[in-house]
Formats: sequence, structure tokens, C-alpha cells
Amino acid sequence: MAFSDLFSRRRKDEPDLDTGAAKAPVHSTKVLAKFIASLNGRNSPVLLDLGSVTGSNVTFFGERLGCKIIVEDLSKDIDRAVKEKTIPELPAHFARRFSQPDASVDGILCWDVFDYLDKHAAAALAKQMVRLLKPDGVVLAFFNTLEPKEPNAAIYTKHVVVDAAHLQYRPYPAARGKQRPFQNRDIQRMFEPLRITEQFLLKSQQREMLFRKAGEAAPAGAGA
Amino acid sequence: MWKRDEAVKPTSQPTPAAPVASNVQPSAPVAQQVEPRRIERDLVNIGKSVVIKGELSGSEDLTIEGQVEGKIELKDHLLTIGPNARIKAQVFAKTVIVLGEVNGNVSASEKVEIRDGGSVDGDIVSPRVAIAEGAHFRGSVDMQKKAGSVSTTASSSVKPAPAPAVAQAAQPAAH
Repeated sequence: MAFSDLFSRRRKDEPDLDTGAAKAPVHSTKVLAKFIASLNGRNSPVLLDLGSVTGSNVTFFGERLGCKIIVEDLSKDIDRAVKEKTIPELPAHFARRFSQPDASVDGILCWDVFDYLDKHAAAALAKQMVRLLKPDGVVLAFFNTLEPKEPNAAIYTKHVVVDAAHLQYRPYPAARGKQRPFQNRDIQRMFEPLRITEQFLLKSQQREMLFRKAGEAAPAGAGA
Repeated sequence: MWKRDEAVKPTSQPTPAAPVASNVQPSAPVAQQVEPRRIERDLVNIGKSVVIKGELSGSEDLTIEGQVEGKIELKDHLLTIGPNARIKAQVFAKTVIVLGEVNGNVSASEKVEIRDGGSVDGDIVSPRVAIAEGAHFRGSVDMQKKAGSVSTTASSSVKPAPAPAVAQAAQPAAH
């Protein structure tokens, strides 16, 4: 066995299932490590992933956190709404979209889903995030800061975790392009009463944010 | 000189297994057919045209290409859900490979793989889960490790650095 095999990303007996990984660009992330650190000490955390299904992410979070991961791919909801011309109904759709009970999720991975929503739909989704989150739970979300270009390219981004500090951005076709960026104060209001505990503006002009719900009782050794 | 000695058959050489076509009862292997090649892995197929409603259990590896509604239980064996299969069932096996369609919860003691073109609508409980790029999945994945499997699963972590979450991963499942 070669020495490099010891550090190979996958087991030798597993087929390489993520064949699309090839040459998509890898970007650094500041907030993912904080998100993981926030969940690390928890007993059997529950994670809600609103991005598209990514096998290696499921493996990464499952093995890192020993957690239960619920995958709810909202890009499909947006695509469906575009095709059926029901975009104005998205707020009502989000209000009944999540069957999970209140305060049942420790962490939510929103990725950049809010970039594809207008104000009302985003507010409805954020309200659900707040409802689902357990006290001291965390939300990771990315927000574009640039106005969409004309013509607006309809592309989603699959965020594939390379490690806690790097994400691979894999574009794939969408039915809708990014919408106008939200102002900081709008984001803050949408997610109230969550607090923004971390915020980074990356070179790519993307804002990375970590929100936290206030804890009922101060837990010992909370991260960040 | 080149005549094969029929009395001495190689025993350690694995030979490709020949599937037994359309055997609907996986728990009853055909003794006479299997005897000359006892070392081979038993493989049982449920063909495209077969529809099973009820409980399917067995003690050998099984490939399903047909339709099953109810419950499938192959606790110590590999279950392959072929590209033509349509399953509406609770699935329990050692390893589950999905190339077809599953509607229902999938539970594996070792691994669940959803390959390109495979589809699962339901919750997965398994210490190892692999979802391919072109696969469809809707539900939850519970990868909480049992105490015995911690060392092996931790070694397959994405990062080569030691995972700090090993201690808490030994917690019993809460869901």
C-alpha cells in the first residue's frame, strides 16, 4: 500500500461516487468551522440541510458530528414554483413546508438559498428556520452582496465540503437566477430573534453568516 | 499431461457467482445445484416481472429487479435494488445498494449506497452512507455509530486529521 493511500479521501473499497467533483473551484470558508464547532459537543445533534443532496457532505457531517441529517432540497421547490408560475405563493408554501416540530433541529445549513428568494419568501423561510431551531442552535447562511448581472444566469451552486475550511462550488442549472441582495438590516430582521454571531465578507463578495438562537440555560463550553 | 485432475478442485480461488434466476424465496437455496460449487456466494434474483406484497426475508444476498411492497429483511446480507426495481417497503439489511426506486425507510448495519440513477424517499439509518452525484434522495440520514463501529468509521473520515467527535459518536441512538 502506498503511503499516500493512508491519506486518501475515500476508502479503497468504495467506488468514487461523486464523479462530478472534477474541476469545480474550491473556495475558503470561515464560518463552516465555527458551525461545526458549535455542534461538536452535542449529543446526537440533528442537522437540516436545505441545499441539494450531496453524498460527500452527508458523509462528512455524519462522521464528524455523529448526527442525524435531514435533507430538504429547496432548490427543487423554487424550480417547481418557477415552472408552475407560483413564485408569489412561495411564502405560503414555506410556511407549511417543514413537518418537523418546533425546536427540533440543532443546526441548519441554508447555504445560499436566500439569494434565490425575494423578500417575502425569504422572510417566510427565515421564520421557519427560527421555529425549527433548538435553543442555542445555529444557522449557516451565505448571502450575495452584488446586484445580479443582466442577463441573470440561472445557476445554483452545490456547496461540497472539502474540509472545514474549504468548499467546492459546483454550478448546476437552475430555473431561476439570483435575486437582489439583502441588506444587512433586512437579514437581521428576518432572522429575529436569532443573533448574528459570526459574519465574514469574502473576496468573492459573498457574506458568510452564522446565526445563533439564545439558549435556555447557558451550556458549559459552548463554541465560538 | 494437460488433462485436468477432476479430483483436485481449487478451493481458494473465488469464481464469479452465477445468479439463480427468479427465485422468489431467498431463504430456501437449491441444494443440488449449489453443491458442486459450495464456495460461491449465493445470489438470488427477483426478476422484473415479479411482484411481492408482504414480508420478504432471507439469509443470503439478494438482488431485486421487480416490485416489493411491505417489508424486506436480510439482516446479515447484501441487498441490491436493481435499476428496474420499485420498492415500497421498510428495508433492513447488512448492506443496501440502491440503483432503482425505494419508497420507505432503509436501515443497514453496515452501509447504504444510493448509486447514480437510484432514488430513495425515506429515512436512512446506517453507519456509512454514500450518495452518488445523480442519485435522488429525500429524507433523513442517521449515521450515529454504535460503540463497536467507532474505530472503523472514524478511519474513513474525510479529513486525515483525527476526528474530535469520536467520543460523542459512541452515544446510543436517540432517534
